[in-house]
Parts: sequence; structure tokens; C-alpha cells
Amino acid sequence: MITAALSAATLAVNDETGTLVPRIDLGEWVNSFVDWLTTSFTGFFDAIKNALQGAYDAVDWVFSTPPFWAVALVLALLATWAKSWRLGLTVLVGLVVIAGVDQWDHAMDTLSLVLVSAVIALIIAIPLGIWAARNDHVSRVVRPVLDLLQTMPAFVYLIPTVIIFLTGAVPGIVATVLFALAPGVRFTELGIRQVDSEVVEAGRAFGATDRRILRQIQVPLALPTIMAGVNQVIMLSLSMVVVAGMVGAGGLGGDVVSALQQIDVGLGFEAGLSVVILAIFLDRVTSALAGRAPVSRALAKVRA
Amino acid sequence: MSATTARTTGTQSPAVRVENVYKVFGRRAQKAVRRLEEGASRDAVKDLGTAAVIDVSFDVAPGEIFVVMGLSGSGKSTLIRMINGLWTPTAGHVRLGGDDLTAVSGARLRELRRSRVSMVFQHFALLPHRTVLENAAYPLEIQGVDKAERRERAAKALDLVGLEGWHDSLPSQLSGGMRQRVGLARALAADTDVLLMDEAFSALDPLIRREMQEQLIELQRTLGKTIVFITHDLNEAMHLGDRIAVMRDGRVVQIGTPEQILSEPADDYVAQFVNDVDRTRVLTAGSVMTPTGEPGSPAGVAAAPTPDGVPVVAEDTPLADLFAPAAESDVPLTVHDDAGHVVGHIDREALLEAMVPEQGTAPDLEGVEDGAPVEAAATTEGAAR
Repeated sequence: MITAALSAATLAVNDETGTLVPRIDLGEWVNSFVDWLTTSFTGFFDAIKNALQGAYDAVDWVFSTPPFWAVALVLALLATWAKSWRLGLTVLVGLVVIAGVDQWDHAMDTLSLVLVSAVIALIIAIPLGIWAARNDHVSRVVRPVLDLLQTMPAFVYLIPTVIIFLTGAVPGIVATVLFALAPGVRFTELGIRQVDSEVVEAGRAFGATDRRILRQIQVPLALPTIMAGVNQVIMLSLSMVVVAGMVGAGGLGGDVVSALQQIDVGLGFEAGLSVVILAIFLDRVTSALAGRAPVSRALAKVRA
Repeated sequence: MSATTARTTGTQSPAVRVENVYKVFGRRAQKAVRRLEEGASRDAVKDLGTAAVIDVSFDVAPGEIFVVMGLSGSGKSTLIRMINGLWTPTAGHVRLGGDDLTAVSGARLRELRRSRVSMVFQHFALLPHRTVLENAAYPLEIQGVDKAERRERAAKALDLVGLEGWHDSLPSQLSGGMRQRVGLARALAADTDVLLMDEAFSALDPLIRREMQEQLIELQRTLGKTIVFITHDLNEAMHLGDRIAVMRDGRVVQIGTPEQILSEPADDYVAQFVNDVDRTRVLTAGSVMTPTGEPGSPAGVAAAPTPDGVPVVAEDTPLADLFAPAAESDVPLTVHDDAGHVVGHIDREALLEAMVPEQGTAPDLEGVEDGAPVEAAATTEGAAR
């Protein structure tokens, strides 16, 4: 009788899926997993929430407290130092435009979110990348996880983070860290693996420890590639931080979301333009910093 | 015997001893070694792993230049990396002085690399972001020598290789030859008694290569280092080596002095290599002369002091430098040893005979399958038709 029931169940078209395939309750499992997480680790998540909120408030205070012109000038000088006075001037003009469209405060909120998220992502990504470069097993495990993190639609990260951390800056930061992690790990691993094996061998042949080889040979020689990863992490953070406006992370993302809800093309354009200007600033400055790595400078000196 | 070979026959304990060393890459390396020990060929154990080095044994005496010669894939680079423990042998032992590298701990191995053995690399392996001086000082930095002293010792090593005045340059600002001098200075600064050189001059232009070879010989004479030199160039091997090990497919097929390898190649493979060697640079007056007192030596001149007008050459003069005096003189050349005693004579006929490979036509007959003899055979055939 049991067999009869079984065969009937398998042959019959499933009511829910409309096919022969029985309904796989993946969504239900994920739900109960997240429920279990939130109830079991309340203290842990509270601690994370407090730490992230504190970090964000501190960074945001630094950017939002001084008058607009002081912050704009400092950022322009940073761009001048990193690359050229031309970039500095471009950045200054851009920041004035942001202030002109009345997005300055929101832009500084967004910049703070990006910096906090990117720094946390890098603190996780760079050691993980180094580990993966030195251990093939780790690399094999990490790679598909990164593939998953990178290809999952950005919005999906927001759902569990909102359940765990409710709304505000913290779920935005957590979702951004997860989303922006992948290139940091990948570029670090690639950079370290690409270091000339003979130079690493030279370190070993003269009796250096693995740690010294990492510190004095592998990381310095991989630094231009790692910096390219840093640049990617920051750019992905910026794009995710805007999406995080949906969960009330604030900043320019909040404007974009409300512009979408009210079909306010003007506001959408102003907020969008401000994001683009921030993107130009972050991208040019971080890629110029990659060129300031000792190895890049040594090579540039020869070409000059 | 020339002065160079005399050094190798000393009885002191070897600086480097390699005993029945195998290196097989692959998951079932140990099984592959057992099969190889039972006499299986390299190809027969292919399924078990790649046999890079098969049953290699040799001693390197202190102060000797020992050259390992072989084509790419012969296992020579793997072999040299087992002498400083960069690779661990699958079987066998490598002894560096009193230490068995296959048995020491990781910490002791690093200690040995710092104090006993340094290495020069084919593509220099310099740190691009450090200056020439900092690169040369790097082994000392690893050894924990304080900054002032390591700069001083690195500067001294750079002086030795002729790089005074380049201390603050970056490696990328130097030519290939100069970069390798930095590589050499770095190894010398480490002040180890064993120096491993992995195809150290192979990436250099022929002229620079020659210059570096001369410099290495010069340095070896003054510093008395034990050098293991890897090369694929038999001319270089002949020029540098006190002794040469010829490798093929992971095995050593012959070990001997350059003259032994030239005059008594162990097999056809070695003989084929030898065909390309400039014999006039390897053979010396001592090896082609008719020793005093043997039949054929001109009567009367033998025991008598050298008469005026008879050209005199030293025992270790290369053949290349004998042609001019032989052409200018009607009497045979007189050969003397280091102490100035007459030890033999060379007439023009002997000089010309020395140019022909000693085992007559044997290697040539075998060599008919490839190279010039084939063309010759084909032409004859064609002409016959």
C-alpha cells in the first residue's frame, strides 16, 4: 500500500510546481535557517550592529561636521597628491556641483557608507586571498563561494540582513560587504600567485621564513594587482550602497529610491549625478594609488 | 695532469654529497622509485609519476667547480634544487657538510641555507623595488645582520663583481649582465662556502656570458668557493668545470674532467655533444704532448736543457694558443710544467692529430642517423643514381 501511494505521488503532477518535480522547499529552509540564526545569535548580532553603527557614525561625523568647502578642499588635495592637480580640480568642480544640487549631506553619508563597507570588506578579503593563494584546498573552497556572492542579485542580500539587523545603515553595510568581497579576494589571490616563482625561490634559498617571504617579496610584488582589487571593492561598494537605500541606509540611495517611488525624474537625476561624481573621485584616486606602489614606481622610473 | 684536476683528487671530506637520489613528481612517487630501482625505465613508470632525477650520486670536493650539463628536461634544475632543500628527494640522501638535508628540521634547513649554501638564478630573481645594494644585502638581512654591517658587506660583494657606483640603481635600470652580477654579488654577500648556479649565464648574450665565465673563474680562484653550476651548454661546462656530470632523462650518463669527457665519451649521446665542442679550448699542451722519454720524442733534446730558439710552452696552455708558435718554429714545441722542468714535446703532426676525435670514427658512424653525416650519405646516394 505504501508503494502504491509512493508511485501515485511520484507519477502525479505536483500541484504546486505544475510539473512532475515535487516542490523543493528551499525557500522554507532558508527562512527557518535565518529564524534560527536570529534567535540563537541575538547577542552576537547586537554586538556587530553596535560596532558597525559606531564605525559608521564616527566616519560620517568626520565628513559631515566640517563645512562643505573644507571637506571639498581636502578631497581635492587628496586627488592632487594621488595623481595630478588636474584631477584635483575636476574633483573640486564635481563636489561643488553636488553641493549645488543640494545633495552634499547625502553624498557624505554615502561616502561614509562606502568607506566603512570597503574597509571591512578588505580586512576580510585580503587575508582570505593570501590564504587561498598559499593553499590550493582553500582556493577550491573559496572560489565557488565567491562566484555565488558575486552573481547573486544585489537585492537578495538585503532580505536576510534586514531581518537580522532591521533597517538603517547597518544592514546596508553588511549587504555591501558581502557583495563587494569577491574581487578583493580574487585579485589578492591572483596577485600573489603571479609573483615570479624564481624570486620567491630566491627568498627560500637564502633561508627566509614563509612569513618574511610573504611580507617582503610576495605582498610588495603583488601590490599593484591587490590595489586593482581594492579599486574594484570600492566601486562595487558604491553601487551596492546605493541599492541599500531600499532598506533605509540613507544617503544618495535613499534619494534614488524615493525618486523611483514618486517617479521624480529631476531628483533621480540629481542623486544619480552625485553618485557618478563620487564614483569618479573614488575610482581615479584609488587607481592612482595603485601606481604609487613601490614596485610600480620602480618600473615607472625606468620608462621615464 | 693540470692544476685544476689536481684539486679534485684531494682526500678531504666532500662539501656536497649526493647519494642515490631520486625525485619523482606524482601521487605514487614511492612506488615509482621502487620500480626504477628494479630497473624500470623512465617511460615505464610514467603512470606513477614523472621521474625527474633517477639514481644520481656524486661528491663535490671543497673548492671544486662541478658542472651538471644536460638539455632541458634532463632533471638538472630539479637536482640542484635538492642540494639546498628547495625540493626534497623522493629517495636517497643529500649531505651538505655534516648535515643530511633529507633528515633535518625546517628550521635547521633554513639555518643551513643562510650559513652554508647560496644560489644564483637563471633570470636573476632580484627584488624589483629594492636598489642594487639592498638586493645584494638581502641574504644578510635574512641572517639578521645589522644594517650598517650588511650595507658594508654588500658593498664589498658588489665591488668584487665590478658594480661599484651602481649601488642606488634599481635592477630594472641595469642590463642583463649587470643584473646577474647583482645576483652573483647577493650570493657572495651571503658568504657561504657552497654556491649553486642554476643556468646562471644562459640568459645572457654570448659576449657577456664569456665575460661572466672568466669573472666566475677568477672569483673562484680568489675566494675558493665550492660551486655547483648547471648549464645546457657543453662549451660552458668544459670552460668552467673541474669535473662535469652529463645528465640525460634524469640519469647521470658520465662524470669526468672536461678532457675525459672529450676524449672518452661514455656513450653516443655524450659523443654527439662533444662533436660541437671547440677542442682547441679544452685540450691542453699537457694532454697532447709526447711525454719525455717515450719513443717518438726527439733524441738528444729529451734530457738536455732547453736550447735557445726552441719555443717553450706551459703544460696547461690550451691548444688554441699552440698553433702560432708551432707554425713559426721548425723544431717541436717544448712543454714544461709549473716548476719549469721539461716534460714533453709536441710536433705539428701531433697537434693536428689532437684535433680529430680520439676514438676515430666510432661516434661518426653512429651519428649517421642525424646531422651532417646524413646529408653526406644522401649526396653520395644521389650521385650514385
